[in-house]
Amino acid sequence: MPRQFLPVSRRRLLQSTAAGAAATMAGALSAVLRAQAAPVKIGVLHPVSGALSYSGQQGRIGATIAIEEINSTGGLKALGGAKIEPMLGDAQSTPEGGNAEVEKMNAAGVAAIVGGYASSICLSASQTAARYDLPYIVDVGVVDSIVTRGLKNTFRFGPGFGIIAKTALDNLVTLNDQAGKPAKTVMIVHEDSAFGSGLAKLLETQLPERGFQILETIPHPTPARDFNTVVLKIKAQNPDLVIPANYYNEYVLLARTMQQQRVRPKGIYSVLGGAASSYKFVKEFPGAAQYIMDCNHWFDPKNPKALALKKKIEEKNAFYTYEVYMNYSCMLLLADAIERAAGTDRGKIIAALADSTFAGHVMPYGPTRFVDGQNQGAAPVNTQVLDNDIQVIFPASFASARPVFPMPRA
Amino acid sequence: MLSPAILLAAVLNGLMTGAVYALVALGLTLIYGVLHIINFAHGALLTAAMFAAFFAHQLLGLDPYAAAVFLAPLFFLIGYGLQRFIIGPAAHGEDRNILLVTLGLAVIIENALLYAFRADTRTVDLPYAFDVVEVGATFLAVPRLVAFIVVFAVALGLWLIMRWTDTGKAIRAVAKEKRGAELVGIEVAHVYALTFGLGTACVAIAACLLIPSYYVNPHAGNAFVLIAFTIVVLGGMGSVAGALIGGLFVGVVESLSGYFLGESLGQISIFVMFILVLLFRPRGLFGERA
Repeated sequence: MPRQFLPVSRRRLLQSTAAGAAATMAGALSAVLRAQAAPVKIGVLHPVSGALSYSGQQGRIGATIAIEEINSTGGLKALGGAKIEPMLGDAQSTPEGGNAEVEKMNAAGVAAIVGGYASSICLSASQTAARYDLPYIVDVGVVDSIVTRGLKNTFRFGPGFGIIAKTALDNLVTLNDQAGKPAKTVMIVHEDSAFGSGLAKLLETQLPERGFQILETIPHPTPARDFNTVVLKIKAQNPDLVIPANYYNEYVLLARTMQQQRVRPKGIYSVLGGAASSYKFVKEFPGAAQYIMDCNHWFDPKNPKALALKKKIEEKNAFYTYEVYMNYSCMLLLADAIERAAGTDRGKIIAALADSTFAGHVMPYGPTRFVDGQNQGAAPVNTQVLDNDIQVIFPASFASARPVFPMPRA
Repeated sequence: MLSPAILLAAVLNGLMTGAVYALVALGLTLIYGVLHIINFAHGALLTAAMFAAFFAHQLLGLDPYAAAVFLAPLFFLIGYGLQRFIIGPAAHGEDRNILLVTLGLAVIIENALLYAFRADTRTVDLPYAFDVVEVGATFLAVPRLVAFIVVFAVALGLWLIMRWTDTGKAIRAVAKEKRGAELVGIEVAHVYALTFGLGTACVAIAACLLIPSYYVNPHAGNAFVLIAFTIVVLGGMGSVAGALIGGLFVGVVESLSGYFLGESLGQISIFVMFILVLLFRPRGLFGERA
């Protein structure tokens, strides 16, 4: 590279950026001084650009709505009504992007971080946060190693793979038994990062133990441009069940391609299917979505707070997806911990999270109790798309409809 | 499990997908052939065109295929303007600068789209989106079949323009010998902009062909651009026929290797091919010697 490549010299550039940063910080500082109680900065980290941007954006909506609600109802009471000031970060759909944001948030002095969304981002971001004893609440990331690395700062409010896969398999067996065991063979289509591959591996060991034969497991990248080849394979092998485990865009493409190629297995049963229990998918492609079953995160349909949030989100012309209510719940969980810690000391917040029994969330979970950072009450539910709506079919205590299986022939 | 029917289906599917790749690559190769730069804004322009097609359907009720008739000229003008008034002047005659300017444009366009439309994934639901034509044991989706035919028509049109019109001759002259073309009175800046416009128009048509079966979000175009680069290298930089045949070839290779090696691993074969071509036939299959 020639020396005069940049019209501004490197030193000048550094000087001016430093000056700019100082000015911004001074501005922020004076804003702090004006307020009565110093606001509490919280990092809100999501992949709002890149391949996962839709989910990231939805997560951000959930987290920021929770913050708005807290701030508009008197802020953090134990801190003299201090407001929460979100510091929004974009993980750019990569673990490195997540790390960079954690570094920035730490430098800006956040009290804790909520988010990450993808397992791979959660894994690396929480590890980086651990270096600074910075409390990190995983919003979605389901890979079990997130909470088995012995990181004291990392908490996951939602369920991990282990419990999700177990629930999904138990319910699948129940479903199949109730219908007279029509399904014997299975094909798995999964995305090839930590989430999809981890899940596929789990299913590959556990499905045969429960009497299902796996014909093939097909990994694909995210983003994928085309699913015709995958669907061809499904068509060639004609499995009774197709189990997709991928993110939203790919899930929709797969389901649409299956509809297009007239591939109709006895059931499409997803485990954490990116779109399988998404109102957006059901609204936009009712034909492709009909009868799809999913074992996934879901809100408590009997909780008035969950329904109020649903209304609020839909009024904003957004879809009420799991990213929204999970982030919403995580942010409330964190606020509760900060209240009990009565300050922004990171160690105290971590301790408060570790003994949290928080009940003010909107999820269909059992009592909140953290063991090694994992909420023991967390559990997924099974849903099915029936007549342009998403119904809960398992567990019985939350069910709003009876499952339709096998899929009726069109 | 390897039946001829499946193999045929995989090949047909590859051809369909490859046709759209070819169209994206066609625009890229045209710009490369004449301006001798890689247009990094190609993906962003594709995304922008997909948004345009989406909103033409959503707001004006225009079918994407009908929209192509308006969007192609519109994006021709946008491309022309970009090259004539932004890329050209900002480059100060240095190829290296053009590269950076297009990269900058890509960042600006993508983020402007992200700002304006957020990261939502949008899809168009068309009555014929799920229509299929039966070919043997396989179903060909109507939108993909239409895309296949349109791509050939566009490539033919482009070839005719390049071969028989004065504009085409001027473009070829500039591509071959810029100084010489200037000496015989061809306005190089105008030809550059024309070429950029044509390349961008290709992208607009590709967007209209993609939108019935694909989705759009501010990053949707990028998925196609890396492939298009590979095709351009494979077919020969600047060769229209090379882009077309390269596109179809890559589509089939992707489909078959996806079938035999799996979708994740299948992607490798495209890039292995890319490296092999660079090693053994750096000018590409149809490229002319520099």
